[in-house]
Amino acid sequence: MNWLQRLSAGLTKTREAIRGSLDRLLGRGPDPMMLEELEAALIATDLGVRTVGRLMDRLREETYGGDPTASAQTQRLLRVLKEAILATLGACEGEPLDRMVAGGPRPFVLLAVGVNGVGKTTTLAKLAQRLRGSGKTPLLVAADTFRAAAIEQLVVWGRRVGVEVIRHRPGADPSAVVFDGLAAAKARGADVVLIDTAGRLHTKTNLMDELRKMKKVLARELPGAPHEVLLVLDATTGQNALSQARQFHKAVGVTGLALTKLDGTARGGIVVAIAEELKIPVRLIGVGEAAEDLQDFQARAFVDALLGGNADA
Amino acid sequence: MFESLSEKFEKILKQLRAQGVLTEQNIAEALKEIRLALLEADVHFKIVKDFIDRVRQKAAGQEVLESLTPGHQVVKLVWDELRELMGREQAGLGFASVPPTVIMLVGIQGAGKTTTCGKLARVFKQQGKRVLLVAADPRRPAAGDQLASLGADLDVPVHRSDQPGASRADVVRACVEGVARGHDQGYDVVVLDTGGRLHVDDELMEELEDIKRAITPHEVLLVADAMTGQDAVAMAERFEQRVGLTGVILTKVEGDARGGAVLSIRAATGKPIKFLGVGEKPDALEAFHPDRMASRILGMGDVLSLIEKAQEAYSRDQAEAIQKKIAAKSLTLEDFREQIAQVHRMGSMDQILGMLPGGQRLKEMAAMSGGGVPEREIRRTVAMIDSMTPRERRDHTIINGSRKKRIARGSGTSVQDVNRLIKQFLAARKMIKTMTDAGGRRQLAQLLRG
Ligand SMILES: Nc1nc2c(ncn2[C@@H]2O[C@H](COP(=O)(O)OP(=O)(O)OP(=O)(O)O)[C@@H](O)[C@H]2O)c(=O)[nH]1
Ligand SMILES: Nc1nc2c(ncn2[C@@H]2O[C@H](COP(=O)(O)OP(=O)(O)OP(=O)(O)O)[C@@H](O)[C@H]2O)c(=O)[nH]1
Ligand SMILES: [Mg+2]
Ligand SMILES: [Mg+2]
Repeated sequence: MNWLQRLSAGLTKTREAIRGSLDRLLGRGPDPMMLEELEAALIATDLGVRTVGRLMDRLREETYGGDPTASAQTQRLLRVLKEAILATLGACEGEPLDRMVAGGPRPFVLLAVGVNGVGKTTTLAKLAQRLRGSGKTPLLVAADTFRAAAIEQLVVWGRRVGVEVIRHRPGADPSAVVFDGLAAAKARGADVVLIDTAGRLHTKTNLMDELRKMKKVLARELPGAPHEVLLVLDATTGQNALSQARQFHKAVGVTGLALTKLDGTARGGIVVAIAEELKIPVRLIGVGEAAEDLQDFQARAFVDALLGGNADA
Repeated sequence: MFESLSEKFEKILKQLRAQGVLTEQNIAEALKEIRLALLEADVHFKIVKDFIDRVRQKAAGQEVLESLTPGHQVVKLVWDELRELMGREQAGLGFASVPPTVIMLVGIQGAGKTTTCGKLARVFKQQGKRVLLVAADPRRPAAGDQLASLGADLDVPVHRSDQPGASRADVVRACVEGVARGHDQGYDVVVLDTGGRLHVDDELMEELEDIKRAITPHEVLLVADAMTGQDAVAMAERFEQRVGLTGVILTKVEGDARGGAVLSIRAATGKPIKFLGVGEKPDALEAFHPDRMASRILGMGDVLSLIEKAQEAYSRDQAEAIQKKIAAKSLTLEDFREQIAQVHRMGSMDQILGMLPGGQRLKEMAAMSGGGVPEREIRRTVAMIDSMTPRERRDHTIINGSRKKRIARGSGTSVQDVNRLIKQFLAARKMIKTMTDAGGRRQLAQLLRG
C-alpha cells in the first residue's frame, strides 16, 4: 500500500460522512440539518471552524437541484470544496526540498524546529537517507543537547542511514554544536547540513530565544544560512498547530512545513489554515516510523485524501 | 491550557448573567457561541453536539425560564455539564495490596510516555517507595538509553532487555522478566515504558494486548498530548477497546493548548484523567482535579492548585498558616503580597496567572502592553502593596481616598489601579474562602450565579 492508499483507507469514514451529507443535501436543497452534518464532517478533519465556515459559505453560494443525477451533483460540490482548499494551498506552493538543495548554495543548511515529540529527529533522519540516496553528502547536527538520549537517538539514526553526526556532550550549548556542525560541513565539503534542535513549546520565550541565537550563529558563519527553517508539525495536533506556526514563524521565520504521523487516522487539516494565514508551503509529509516513510507534499493528493475522490474529481 | 476557552466562556457567561429576562433567542445565541468556543478548543464535534443538546434541553425547562435569575440558571447548567464531562472525583493510582504495583504506560508516538515514566518514578520515590522502571520499546532508536538516562538522574534502576529488532514475543518476555524482577527483589512499584504506536496499527496493538495479558498490570495509563485535535476520540477509543485503560495522563498542558482533548478523551473512554504533564523536567507532573479544571475554564481561577503549589515549594507551616488565616477570614493585603511574591518565585508566571482569579485579564493586559510575560503587572501590584503602611496592609478598610492617592503616588500608579488591586484582593479572599470551606462546591455554584 502506498501512503495515499493508506491515508485513504483511514479516511473512509470521513469521506463517507462528507459524501453522504452532500448526497442528502442534493436531495433536499440547502437543508440546515444537512449542512450542519457536512460541517461536522469537515470539522473532523481539523480544518478548524474558521476554514470550515468559509467552505460552508462557498457551498451556500452554489445552486442546488437541476442536475439529473445526484451523484453527478455530489461530484460537483465535492469539486467546489476541493478547489477552494486547493486554491489556498496552491497560493503558497513551494519547491520540493530536493530541488531547493540541488539548485541552492553549498552547503545547504536546514534547521528543523518544532514542539516536543512531533518528529523532528526522525524526519531529519529520513531526509538524510533520501539525500544520500540521490548522491548528496548530508551531515546531521545534534543540537538537541537537552532531552535525555536525544543525541544517542540521532547517532543511532546516523549509523542506520550512513550519515555522519556532529555532536557534543549532553547539556552543551546548542549554538556551539551548530557552530561546529557548520565548520565540519565546510571542512568535509558536505552538501547539506541538517540541524536537529530540541523540542520546545512555542510559548516558552527563553527557549525561543535560544533558537534565535542558533539562527544568528548560522547567519554569521555562513551568510544566507539557514536556507530552510523547517517547522515540523504533528498531524494529530488540532488548532494549536496554528499557534505553534505563528510563534515559530515570529521567532525564526519558518520557510517550510513538514507534517508527520499522517499514517494514522488524523488528517492534519490545520495546515490549510496555516497556509492561508502565514503563506508557508508544506514540503514534506511523514507516513511512518521507517527511514523510507517520507514523501514530498502534493496538494492535490492531500486534498483528495482529506475529502475523498480521485485526483481528477 | 484552556486560556482562550476560559476567556470566551467568561465573556459569554457574563452576557448571560446580565440578562434580566431570558428568551429562547438569548439562550440559542449563547449556546451557538459556546459551541464555537468548544470546537475551537478542539473538543470533538460529537461531544460538542451532545453537550449543547443537553444544555439546550435543560435550559428549555420551565424552572429556568420562570426563575428569577434565568441567566444564572443557564450558567449553572453549563457549569454542571462541563463538570460532568470532566468527571467528578479526583482519581489517584490504585496500589496493589501485595506489591509490586504494576503500571503500564501506553500511547501514540511522541506523546510523552518515556518522560512520564521518569516523572512517576520521582513521585513514588518521594513517597518512599522502591521503584523499578522497565524499558519495553525496542523500536525507537535509543528509547532504552532515554529511559536509562532518566533513571540514572533519579537514581532509580532500569530493567533493560530492549535489544533492537526484538520480536513481539521478545518484548512480551522482557516485560514479564521486568515484573518478575520487581517481585523477586521486593520493589513496591514497577513502571513499564512501552513503545509508541498508532491505534490503527493492528500488529502493534496486538503486542500491547499480549503484554497486558502476560503481566496483568494494576494500572494501564494512556499518555496523550494535550494539543491533540479531533483525532483524540478515535485514538482514545481504540486504546480503550483493545487494551483497556484505567486512566489517562495528559502531557504538554503548560503551553497554550485549549485543552479540548481533556474533554474528548474523558468522554470517549469514561476513564479519569489522573495526572497532567506540565513540563519536560521530572518534577513537572501534577494531579488532575476535575472540579478545579472546570472552574478554570469558566474563568474562576484555581486558587486551590495555587495553594498546593505554594505548599510544595515552601514550608508546609507557612502554607498552613495562610490557609488558617483564610479560613478565619483574616487574610490581609500583607498575606496577599506574600502570596504573590511566592508565586513569583515559583516560576512560570503564565502557569500561575491562569490559576489566579482574574489572572486571565491580567494576562490580556500584559499581552496588550506588548510583553508576553506580565511581570510588569505583578511588579506594580507588589509596588502598590509596598507603598502602603503596615496598618493599611493589615486592614484594608482604612484605605480611604487620600490614602489611595498617596499609595498611587508612592508606587507610580493611579488611584484606579489601587482600587482595582483592592477589588482583586477581596475577590481572591472570597474565592479562597469559598473553595476551602466544607461544602465549598455548592457555594461555588452560588458564586457563579452572583
Ligand atoms: N507513525 C509515525 N510516527 C512517527 C512519524 N514521525 C516520527 N514518528 C515517531 O514519533 C516519535 C517522536 O519522534 P522524534 O523524531 O523523536 O520527535 P522529535 O520532534 O525529535 O521529539 P523531541 O526531540 O523529543 O522534541 C518517535 O517514536 C518517532 O518514531 C510518522 O510520520 N509516523
Ligand atoms: N513541554 C512538555 N514536554 C513534554 C511533556 N512530557 C513530555 N514532553 C516532551 O515530549 C517529547 C516526547 O516525549 P517522550 O517521553 O520521548 O515521548 P514517548 O511517548 O516516549 O515517545 P515514543 O516513545 O517515541 O512514542 C520529549 O521532548 C519530552 O521532553 C510535558 O508535559 N511538557
Ligand atoms: Mg528530537
Ligand atoms: Mg518513549
